[in-house]
Amino acid sequence: MKLSVWTYEGPPHVGAMRVATGMKGLHYVLHAPQGDTYADLLFTMIERRDQRPPVTYTTFQARDLGEDTATIFKTTCAEAYERFKPRAMIVGASCTAELIQDDPGGLALSLDLPVPVVPLELPSYQRKESWGASETFYQLVRHLAGPRERTPEVTCNILGATALGFRHRDDLAEITKLLAGLGISVNVCAPLDATPDDITELAAAHFNVVLYPETGETAARWLEKTHGQPRTTVVPIGTGATRDFIAEISRIVGKTLVTDETHLRQPWWTRSVDSTYLTGKRVFVFGDATHAMAMARVARDEMGFEVVGIGCFNREFARDMRAFAQDYGLEPLITDDYLDVEAAIAETQPELILGTQMERHTAKRLGIPCAVISAPVHVQDFPARYSPIMGWEGANVLFDTLVHPLVMGLEEHLLTMFREDFEFHDDAGPSHLGGHAAPPPERKETEPAANLPTQPTDGAPEWDPAAEKELRKIPFFVRGKARRNTERFATDQGRSIIDVETLYDAKAHFAR
Amino acid sequence: MNRPFPTPDTSGCAATPVLKERGQREVFCGLTGIIWLHRKMQDAFFLVVGSRTCAHLLQSAAGVMIFAEPRFGTAIMEEKDLAGLADANDELDREVARLLARRPDIRQLFLVGSCPSEVIKLDLSRAAERLTQTHAPHVRVMSYSGSGIETTFTEGEDACLATMVPTLAHSDDRQLLVVGALPDVVEDQLVGILREIGIDKVQSLPARRSEDAPSVGPNTKVLVAQPFLGATVAALEGRGATRIPTLFPFGVEGTVAWLRSAAVAFDIDPDLVDKVTASAQTRARAAVERVAERLRGKSIFFFPDSQLEIPLARFLARECGMIPIEVGAPYIHRGLMAEELAALPHGPRLSEGQDVDRQIDRCRAAKPDLTVCGLGLANPLESEGLSTKWAIELVFSPVHGFEQAADLAELFARPLGRRERLHV
Repeated sequence: MKLSVWTYEGPPHVGAMRVATGMKGLHYVLHAPQGDTYADLLFTMIERRDQRPPVTYTTFQARDLGEDTATIFKTTCAEAYERFKPRAMIVGASCTAELIQDDPGGLALSLDLPVPVVPLELPSYQRKESWGASETFYQLVRHLAGPRERTPEVTCNILGATALGFRHRDDLAEITKLLAGLGISVNVCAPLDATPDDITELAAAHFNVVLYPETGETAARWLEKTHGQPRTTVVPIGTGATRDFIAEISRIVGKTLVTDETHLRQPWWTRSVDSTYLTGKRVFVFGDATHAMAMARVARDEMGFEVVGIGCFNREFARDMRAFAQDYGLEPLITDDYLDVEAAIAETQPELILGTQMERHTAKRLGIPCAVISAPVHVQDFPARYSPIMGWEGANVLFDTLVHPLVMGLEEHLLTMFREDFEFHDDAGPSHLGGHAAPPPERKETEPAANLPTQPTDGAPEWDPAAEKELRKIPFFVRGKARRNTERFATDQGRSIIDVETLYDAKAHFAR
Repeated sequence: MNRPFPTPDTSGCAATPVLKERGQREVFCGLTGIIWLHRKMQDAFFLVVGSRTCAHLLQSAAGVMIFAEPRFGTAIMEEKDLAGLADANDELDREVARLLARRPDIRQLFLVGSCPSEVIKLDLSRAAERLTQTHAPHVRVMSYSGSGIETTFTEGEDACLATMVPTLAHSDDRQLLVVGALPDVVEDQLVGILREIGIDKVQSLPARRSEDAPSVGPNTKVLVAQPFLGATVAALEGRGATRIPTLFPFGVEGTVAWLRSAAVAFDIDPDLVDKVTASAQTRARAAVERVAERLRGKSIFFFPDSQLEIPLARFLARECGMIPIEVGAPYIHRGLMAEELAALPHGPRLSEGQDVDRQIDRCRAAKPDLTVCGLGLANPLESEGLSTKWAIELVFSPVHGFEQAADLAELFARPLGRRERLHV
């Protein structure tokens, strides 16, 4: 048993949902109790998807446990097929259903459905979300991808992108464009945007591009072994890695590929003198292993930062991370406990954090600038604009992303020169960000002395203590507005004292 | 005098047959109640004994993470905890000791059962007894189940409050107990009015801090503020208390009925309620009326969520002129809902439980002007052209009482108004 408050990863069946939701024509029947349907909102709210995830849950209840949950599963599965008519199905259990051991795979196969049914075994008490996605994709590929003739022209598959992935949508577009520029077209992109029929065509490609090893590498290794398709190992995040990625593909296809770097601005932006102030900024990097490692390279080699800490939350990639960190002279932090990460950050006192949404919160609390570079995702990680982090445009985007949270050149100097300025100081945060950095953790909202009317400004109505107290019950983020509205209302009405009645009269007045 | 609230024109929906569904339910489990309970009870900690799914639910349902160290957490069970229950208990004891050492401000600890802990039959009530002995007198340890196999969304609060009832002190005083976790501002308003009409001793369950825990006994009258508290009311009745049957305090009418019923139960002239709250009532009616201009004649369809559906449909139909098409509730407690069902104008289909795909079919066919549903359904339905209101906001916002009545109406008007504003 391990006490956990916030987690970097959900359970493995959520990983399976990321695969199913990313694909088209695939349906997932999940043996799960009532309540596990919460996972739908990850996709409909965080990712703003306009369709329900293609998942049907059995939502069994306690009264069903004494009866026949296996029959419930079979009925649900049969009805889901009839309603959605998918081209293939995946079936499995969530953590609770795993305990009742109904064998969803066997039950589904006994229905003799006219489409492929792929059973999933995702041990919920040992594994987590990324592993669940990887395993699900691997099982789909293993079951569906048969031998195919290679396409006449050189093509590749792009593997690993899923629903709810960090910038997967735009990375795919950018890398597809990059490959097209190299004269390579995409055979299948999977799981994101693929149908089960597309999966059967995987072996027609000449090689596989693994964009997200966390979810795509297991399947790519199987394809390499079974269908003789080479795979890429470089993840094209940043200028250097994208060049290496192209070099790797050149080796795979056996000819030197020429790329067009016209739209790559990052190298000049970082060499231009305005960027001098970035030199040696101390950064702490944490995320999934792939993004953390890629960002560390960008930070050190392309921004001129100093990487003072690095780590990842997915243990599956601990070995890769350790090998990588050696080159940076660091012992990596491999943990899924955000408090360990926070402690490491507090100890290192970096000037910039490149992390996940968890580290963004930590950064706010510690008053350190932060850019989010990895899952777990938040609604903010799905921008409306095109915003890849891979390929040439990705390198440009990363330059902006990594610079934006920092105090800019001359402003930094002024801060150093005039530390005591009451409105222009360290705690105020970068002026271009409008808001302010978080106050130090020990600072609390100051309470006005109880039972004393607040000092009125010239001619303004006076607050009765009870009304003042009532006002304080309003959430702080609308309290200022409520105060202003009430005072304006009282002034308009010619009331000199604001009592509770006035407060609510004003509230009703502005209720429109 | 013996009719504390207005008689509806007909018998309303009291005799309406209920469509009972037993298919896929698109609802939260009872663990979700922890999100508001841990803010309401300031010296309590909620320790879910469950899986990674439970932890993930809590952080996802909270929408944005409340990133002060919250007063809840999940003891995530691992492979070895499933192998031997004795070990699981040792592990639990160790985690609790560590937690309480780090949080000396905690006076009440709730061990919250989940689907996996219920299925492996981990006896949390015995664990709570054992841990109470270890950590008494500073901390009282209690347990309840918020599992999805036993509780739907707000039933988690019901289970939590019910488990507190046996721990309440006995009192023979003639007193009023307001039951249900209300936002502090609302609780203060309503309790203030109850005191003003002359009910001397008014207490609340849950109390904000454990030292203010209410007492209960044969002369305790229970005024229920939330419609989903069936088990809590039964437990209080088991301690000799009696429930005051009435509407729930949503809208002006509901709040008036709720207060007047309390007055009657304490032999106070209910007209005193109108005297004391005259200006609040006038203000609230005018404010509701302004919002109702935008709601009148619009149809509404409720997917089941919090058990607030029937009282809300009653408010929207009677005070805002909306036309409920279907009112779905996860569960309909006939006893607590009797007055509400009688007051809900005849017309809508009532459904209990859920088969989400079939309900979506009905909703598409009905083409309501507004659909109240969970977060998993809202965007998909919006993309089909339906206006939606997230049901969860109704549980997370101050919506009871006079001063909030217009806010409640506004929650339904905003999605409609937004659609009118946008030209994209």
